[in-house]
Amino acid sequence: MSDFLDMGRHAAFIWPCYALTALVMAGLLVSSIRSMRQNEKLAEQLKRPRSRGEQ
Amino acid sequence: MHRFANPARFLRIANAVLPYTAGLFAVTLLAGLYYGLFQSPPDYQQGETVRIMYVHVPSAYLGLMIYSVVALSSASVLIWKHPLAEIVARAAAPVGMAFTFLCLVTGSLWGKPMWGAWWVWDARLTSMLILFFLYLGYIALSNAFDDPGRGNKPAAILALVGVINLPIIKFSVDWWNTLHQPASIIRMDGPTIASEMLIPLFLMLAAFTFFFLTVLILRVRSEIAATKLRTAMASGLSVRDNSKDTSEEGATA
Repeated sequence: MSDFLDMGRHAAFIWPCYALTALVMAGLLVSSIRSMRQNEKLAEQLKRPRSRGEQ
Repeated sequence: MHRFANPARFLRIANAVLPYTAGLFAVTLLAGLYYGLFQSPPDYQQGETVRIMYVHVPSAYLGLMIYSVVALSSASVLIWKHPLAEIVARAAAPVGMAFTFLCLVTGSLWGKPMWGAWWVWDARLTSMLILFFLYLGYIALSNAFDDPGRGNKPAAILALVGVINLPIIKFSVDWWNTLHQPASIIRMDGPTIASEMLIPLFLMLAAFTFFFLTVLILRVRSEIAATKLRTAMASGLSVRDNSKDTSEEGATA
């Protein structure tokens, strides 16, 4: 297992690649879900103009 | 194609597909990581750094593939004034830019130990950097105006002009003397990579593709809702003050 984490001499180059990829993909997913929820919630409120703003 | 043009129909199909793209993403990602990090051997020349390929190549592929999506959508914006195509192009571009960025950075992190340099002004690397700037220009132009309808046309033209860069990227390794290695999967005489490495590579390519489809559906849904909001705002209906606005439409904005 420690061999695995070591990745030979180049661990300092390999792990940052995987970490950054994970970070960017997670960021894309989270920001897309958030903006979708927010916009759909606001658009939903438009359909019912007489209801109050709270969910 | 026009059968899917209606946003309501698109949403119905997209929402039915979404659980599958998300599920297939999770499965292929886990399998790809397992094969890529545990099962595949180190390369005889590159050692363990060959594992960078399993995120670098899929990122490059998505950067190019998403640009084609943006360009094709832009073409139908210009030719047919297709509203859904406009939304797809706007939704896809930031995802493509993110993966082009990942391709450049992971390539750089591989280049340092293998070539001894973070960056070289080689044809493949330079054309990929240009792709990144094309995305940046597209996104800046399409968001340059408060009314996105005005920015979309110049952005679509930029996207189409930039298509010329795609074959340049693909064939740069054959046309010029580059430091970057030539194609090793899509070749006339078959792949030149060992199958132990092709398995994780294909799994990761599939995972990245399903990731893009999943995120694209979410972002298109978001853009469709945002478009509805803008149309309502433009017609003078207020979202925030709708509780007071019971008598007439079009009071505050």
